[in-house]
Amino acid sequence: MNGPAPSKIVLHLYVAGRSPRAERAIATLRRLCERELARYECDLVIIDVLADPQQAEARKILATPTLIKEFPEPPRRIIGDLGVPPEELLAALNLPYDGL
Amino acid sequence: MATDVSVIERLPTGIPGFDHIANGGLPRGRTTLVSGTAGSAKTVFASQFLAAGVQLGEAGVFVTFEESPAALRRNMLGFGWNIAEWEEQGRWAFVDASPQADDELMIMGAYDLSALLARIEHAVRRVGATRVSMDSLGAIFNRLADTRVVRNELFRIVTSLKSMGLTAVITAERTHEYGDIGRYGVEEFVTDDVVILRNLLEEEKRRRTVEILKFRGTSHQKGGFPFTVIPGQGIVVIPLSAIELKQRSSNVRISSGSPELDRMCGGGFFRDSIILVSGATGTGKTLMSTTFMASGALRGERSLLFAFEESRDQLARNAIGWGVDFEQMEQDGLLRVVCNYPEVTGLEDQLISIQDEILRFRPQRVAIDSLSALERVSTIKGFREFVIGLTSFIKHQEMAGLYTSTTPTLLGGTSITEAHISTITDSIILLRYVELFGEMRRGLTVLKMRGSAHDKDIREFSIDGTGMHIGRPFRNISGILSGQFTHVAPSEIERLSALFRDEENPLLPEG
Repeated sequence: MNGPAPSKIVLHLYVAGRSPRAERAIATLRRLCERELARYECDLVIIDVLADPQQAEARKILATPTLIKEFPEPPRRIIGDLGVPPEELLAALNLPYDGL
Repeated sequence: MATDVSVIERLPTGIPGFDHIANGGLPRGRTTLVSGTAGSAKTVFASQFLAAGVQLGEAGVFVTFEESPAALRRNMLGFGWNIAEWEEQGRWAFVDASPQADDELMIMGAYDLSALLARIEHAVRRVGATRVSMDSLGAIFNRLADTRVVRNELFRIVTSLKSMGLTAVITAERTHEYGDIGRYGVEEFVTDDVVILRNLLEEEKRRRTVEILKFRGTSHQKGGFPFTVIPGQGIVVIPLSAIELKQRSSNVRISSGSPELDRMCGGGFFRDSIILVSGATGTGKTLMSTTFMASGALRGERSLLFAFEESRDQLARNAIGWGVDFEQMEQDGLLRVVCNYPEVTGLEDQLISIQDEILRFRPQRVAIDSLSALERVSTIKGFREFVIGLTSFIKHQEMAGLYTSTTPTLLGGTSITEAHISTITDSIILLRYVELFGEMRRGLTVLKMRGSAHDKDIREFSIDGTGMHIGRPFRNISGILSGQFTHVAPSEIERLSALFRDEENPLLPEG
């Protein structure tokens, strides 16, 4: 990890309906918040681009699923159903990984 | 059309000339792939497709993968398309899929482009679009590594556009002017309708062409057609060979300005014909076009002169020397002189501006002095296309056109201009220097007069303060046209006349 520990983490996940891919990404993030990021206040927002295309337009989302770490800055964007080990995901998001 | 298997409705794009070569427009309700190398005006085409639609009252959605909407708004303003205003009026919407600053794309796992599709569908519904442009596919393939996924997803988007009844243009890059239609196998998902834009370098000169490669199940014009991209208008296609030869042919004669030349032509030029006047420098070509226009002014007809060799002042001074007052004619609204250097712009642009001038001034007579000056700035093919385009345009307007052409040698000879356009023009008048017993004289002959009998003599022709005067035929000299003069004794002329008593004059041994 680098920098001081964040007070709060905001994650926005853009999905298209409840596809298996979306479910997989949601499950991965829920697990991440409950385990690896349990020490932090973790705000996970799921946005369905089919129901809310304006949101997708505003954040210029192309692919689904897309995860944006909105806070702490700077934002990070990851495309895909996040089928990777948690430490890899945290490194990509530039979030602390405390081991367990 | 007879060749159509089924009736496929067309959407007139509104791109000047394009609908002509597309036999009416793009197939309605389908997606057309527009492919071209870098700098082939793909983005302009995609934008103009929407802009022309807006001007026809149809809303459009522009999906941009490469340039930002801000850059597009700015760049397209020069073509007269105020996209920002159309966005405010709800007639144009962007779907911004261009790379974002914070967009360090990381890919972890499987994905699709549902978000993009949802945004496009949302934008289409929001403005009630009938047209969609997507520009350009290469950018998205570059960003998302998985070509197969992107291809499948784009196919899904194209299918969705179709089900919404939209007519769409998708642009794609190609690496070579001739070869694969596009990179990344794009032709696999847009297979029905393909348009290719080319930006060729021929003899160090740029030439743009557009070719409709296919419109499945329906007709279009074949081959490449030149086009140009001009400020304030955008793409203008020059539909040369698609121009129908439907111009009416009139029997009405107009005066050349010289009663004697009129007589030689069997009663004057035809009102809707093209006359080529060819000769070496100083033989009187500019005089002939000046006389032609002055004669029109006498009858209250308007003339438009395009001069590529001399300035306005020079032209006016020359005319005064022959008793013609250009300034007075201009004041009376009977003359407009347009001077520019052929090097200023390409021939395609030159053609468009000539057409604009003609449509604005609506003259009865058009003179181009000289056509050969334009030959310098073009390839032979490009020049020929220019002359065909111009000639056909002038004839459609039912006006008379007089072109001058300068021969490269003082004596005899033909110019490249003539070799390439003599079949296109209706009449050809040759002006030649004639060396006669140590003195230079001028000769004139009517070589061709389509649809009419004409005088076949080579007549002496002189120039003074009142203009041109056509005199007697040269009888005792031959080889004028070739520049290889032979003086013939009078007795020999009699003998030859006896031999060819019922024939035409024994002219034109060669050349």
